[in-house]
Amino acid sequence: MMGRLAAIAFNTYREAVRDRVLYNLILFALLIVGSSVLFGQISLEINRIVLINLGLTAISLFGVVIAIFIGIGLVSKEIEKKTLYTVLAARPVRRWEFLTGKFLGLVLTLTVNALLMSVGFFAAVMYVSHGLGRGDLQLVTAIYFILLEFVLITALALLFSTFSTPIFSSIFAFSIFAVGTFAEDLRGFAQMAHGSTRWAMTGVAYLVPNFAALNVISQVAHDTVVAPKLILLNTLYVLVYTGAVLTASVWIFERRNLK
Amino acid sequence: MSAIEIEGLEKSYKTGFFGNKLKQGLKPLTLSVEEGEVFGCLGPNGAGKTTTLKLLLGLVFPTGGTARILGRELGDIEAKRSIGFLPEQPYFYDHLTPLELLDYYAKLSGVDSRERKSKVERALARVGMSDSGRTQLRKFSKGMLQRVGIAQAIVHDPKLVLLDEPMSGLDPIGRREVRDLVQELNEEGNTVFFSTHILSDAETLCDRVAVLNKGELKGVGVVADLLREVSGDAEVVWRGAQAIPELSALGAHCHATGDVVRARLPERLLETALEALRKSQARLTSVTPVQATLEDYFLARIGDDKPKEVNA
Repeated sequence: MMGRLAAIAFNTYREAVRDRVLYNLILFALLIVGSSVLFGQISLEINRIVLINLGLTAISLFGVVIAIFIGIGLVSKEIEKKTLYTVLAARPVRRWEFLTGKFLGLVLTLTVNALLMSVGFFAAVMYVSHGLGRGDLQLVTAIYFILLEFVLITALALLFSTFSTPIFSSIFAFSIFAVGTFAEDLRGFAQMAHGSTRWAMTGVAYLVPNFAALNVISQVAHDTVVAPKLILLNTLYVLVYTGAVLTASVWIFERRNLK
Repeated sequence: MSAIEIEGLEKSYKTGFFGNKLKQGLKPLTLSVEEGEVFGCLGPNGAGKTTTLKLLLGLVFPTGGTARILGRELGDIEAKRSIGFLPEQPYFYDHLTPLELLDYYAKLSGVDSRERKSKVERALARVGMSDSGRTQLRKFSKGMLQRVGIAQAIVHDPKLVLLDEPMSGLDPIGRREVRDLVQELNEEGNTVFFSTHILSDAETLCDRVAVLNKGELKGVGVVADLLREVSGDAEVVWRGAQAIPELSALGAHCHATGDVVRARLPERLLETALEALRKSQARLTSVTPVQATLEDYFLARIGDDKPKEVNA
């Protein structure tokens, strides 16, 4: 089983890294990181804050775009091109293994991309700050949260990919990412409502993936320490949420007729 | 033992805007394919051939009936270790080369890492693709992709090979090579089940065939037995300038070329026809039985349903 999962994950990774569009996106993200150094130079005294804000936001946003762009096609493209017939029809591969392998492959791709972009980002930080200090470990925490964000959005894109077309999947995935970015505000609004509306709104607010909690970019830019408890809670939250989303994806995919 | 046993397998699809209509893709189908046999599944487009294959391979779920493959129930993942499958108009991960693709599939099929390289190379050699092993699949023509498709179906040495329209998109030489390969696989003791609407291929290769039309089994059996079911015709040739009215009245198809007339008619009417020729003092040249073909059987069985695409 592990061998099959690894083979599917590696093939997904290989497919992604051989796609030229991916390199264009990474290059674009690195250009933004580089340009943030220039923006910093015209913003007196706050050049480091601008660099961290712009740089990490670029890594996060471009990663999310790649996650959705590739994630929505993980299953639907395979069905459309019939490439999964030769995998699922005549190989001892279970449908959940196929889905999990695809998911792991894309997470691996995004991790490698994020690491590459982080190398560029840290080079820019070193240039601006004339070296790296202990405080810069907070930046690693922010990048770790960005990776957690990628894991969650990949799982959601995969879920939509199991029952919808790429266009609708991308609309769903971008919408849920946008709503999830304001999850904390949604929870606040829910508290202001009354009666059954309050219960319903609270339910919806807690069901929406909380991407807001994974965004500590502004915090680390201002050298505010990220609490270790938040690291633990965010890790657990993403693991549980991703597990639930993957289970739902498998449930749908196991029942689907591959016409 | 049967390689494939199908009992009342059927599939209906929900259609219509609200999914409130049912379309029967495959009516209850019962047939078996014996081990070591080359079995052809014939029928025009939309006959239910691909649906049958997809049901057997667990790509779609049956709405009724059961099936066993290599002695295992439908959906048993272990049976798939011994199955090879070529889908219709195959399309593969085009970022890979044939060597990478076959290695990936062999890995998924559980082929031991020590044997993998040699099995991949052997499969490519069997379809004549040894020289193109390192070219990305996106640069391949349809015919070359079909060959790669066949190679991936046999890379793990399966006992049962299922081929969906294997000759589709191939030139005459390619078709000949696939026919040879199917025979080779059969000689090695493998079972081959293939769907086609090219009847001449089925006639050349198959021990037995099943004819499907509009999701229904119209006939199944040994090719020679099936051909016996459709009455044979005879061809009568004589010297003359035109057809004799008595023969035309019998329903014979007459065709005059120069001073030779040919007439094709059912064998049971041969005596009457010869008598008519004798009376008209025509100079008889030859009387030859015309061998019935699978196409005759096919048309006789589904003739009323007017198949849209039938190549002889």
